Amino acid sequence: MAETSLPKRRTADGPPRASGSRILRLFHRSESARGYLMMAPTLTIMTFGIVVPFVILIVISLWTRHGFGFDTTLTLANYVRSWNEPIYGTLLLRSFWISGVATAITVLLCYPMAYYVAFHVHRNKMMWIILMTLPFWTSYLLRVFAWKVILGYEGVINSGLMSAGLIEAPLSFLLYSPTAVIITLAHAWAAFAILPLYVSLEKIDRSLLEAATDLGDGPMARFFRVTLPLSMPGVIAASFLIYIPTTGDYITPALLGGPDGAMIGNLIQLQFGAVNNWPMGATLSIVLMLWIAALALVFLLVTRKVQGRIT
Amino acid sequence: MSSYIKRPNRALQLYAVLFLIVLYVPVLFIPLFSFNDSIYVRFPLQGVTLKWYGELWTREPVWNALWNSVKVGLVVSVISTVLGVMAARAITRTRMRGKGALVTFIMMPLVIPGIIFGVALLVLLSRLGVPLSLYTVGLGHLIICLPFAVATLLPRFEGFDPSMEEASADLGENGWWTFWRVTFPMVMPGIVASLLLTFTISFDEFIMAFFLTGTDPTLPMYIWGQLRFPKEFPSVLAMAALILFVSFALVFVAQWIGRKGLEEQE
Repeated sequence: MAETSLPKRRTADGPPRASGSRILRLFHRSESARGYLMMAPTLTIMTFGIVVPFVILIVISLWTRHGFGFDTTLTLANYVRSWNEPIYGTLLLRSFWISGVATAITVLLCYPMAYYVAFHVHRNKMMWIILMTLPFWTSYLLRVFAWKVILGYEGVINSGLMSAGLIEAPLSFLLYSPTAVIITLAHAWAAFAILPLYVSLEKIDRSLLEAATDLGDGPMARFFRVTLPLSMPGVIAASFLIYIPTTGDYITPALLGGPDGAMIGNLIQLQFGAVNNWPMGATLSIVLMLWIAALALVFLLVTRKVQGRIT
Repeated sequence: MSSYIKRPNRALQLYAVLFLIVLYVPVLFIPLFSFNDSIYVRFPLQGVTLKWYGELWTREPVWNALWNSVKVGLVVSVISTVLGVMAARAITRTRMRGKGALVTFIMMPLVIPGIIFGVALLVLLSRLGVPLSLYTVGLGHLIICLPFAVATLLPRFEGFDPSMEEASADLGENGWWTFWRVTFPMVMPGIVASLLLTFTISFDEFIMAFFLTGTDPTLPMYIWGQLRFPKEFPSVLAMAALILFVSFALVFVAQWIGRKGLEEQE
């Protein structure tokens, strides 16, 4: 294939270089080959870091634990177990529920903020964007830890309210509950929602808004009939960017969830740690991925349909 | 733009200010309590002290973990930025088949739960018989940092006119010198931003390190270990305050440099 394409390119790019092997000539001639060559190290690392480990993960999920080692006969036993034993289903459902609520809250709370910066900030926009996204880049562990300090039994809220004389005993529902996990996730992932929302709002052609006003829409009608539908891509992107990583979150439920707020990530970690059942851990990881993919697909189809009806 | 959009909306303005306060206040409790002269993290505050910071200073494992994190962070940031430059250049300057799919592939770690990557790499490494060490942590961090490096550098390469590179080539520079004398200075802010960001990500990263650390802990791993002991809380707070301060400064500079140049280009 390369040889047939070479002469054609030669006429386009001028005379061939004097030195160099055929491969080197190809490298100089074919843009595509040069592109791939420059991408090669990145792609190699990503392949060895993502594709190969995932294949092995799938293989191991088909093994079973046998004493301290593995029984390498391929079987779906782990998948059957993960389906039949209620603990797995419960934790999966809870993970999807917790991150679903957290995602909805985050997107709802971030939307007005992104709207404000996109439409009402005219000077120092960059400063606002940096301010809104700055906390996201700092240690996730420490931001979660900060919420432990705040929500703890003797934490900021409880001790603050007690020294103000508002409550007699600490509120015990604050820490170690799904609520604590939801609050922390919503706070920690805000930047992931802000950016796509902001970008989609910023892109909206302002003359469309003027047209809506000229044709008699009030601010409310204008928002719901023009701005919101046009910013839906941002809403969808933000929802994905938060929902997918948070379903598998480990730190937040581990530090703040307690038994009622534990999620699937904690169970996966247990299989690789204390329980020492790697095949089961691999199975749970795959099951989580499959569910995420399925839910994402459904979400995408539903939003497409809704969007199609609006516009 | 007509005036009705420019009209300030007081309610929205108030919301924006409240939003920023809520975004920052939780994190600010960490430095606040790190100066509190009490082993308990609670109100009322007991007076100002620097003793938790002093205690950190004398602790050997803290310095050890810090050094581990810095080593991994430096190596990971340099490698991911170099690879990011190459990838961003390839994506913007060449007509490749399947470019979109490749970009999606590189960006994948952004949207897959980190725990799954950690577990998958752990399984691979143990199958290959590779012992866990700072190298394996670095490999994990590299996979997480690469998408960020590419995402930071791509707008840089997209933002400047390829005809400048062509002009340099026409004036007789070869590809290598064109890169150093034209491309490199133009994308320099992006490179600095990428180095700072990827360093911060690696420095703060927990979940990959959690699965891939051998006997040498990184700083987040060390902190995680200390969280089990309530009496260590104040010194963890002091450490956390320092880390947050450095991360905020690095990221602020990175974002400032990264975005400033972009706005000038537009």
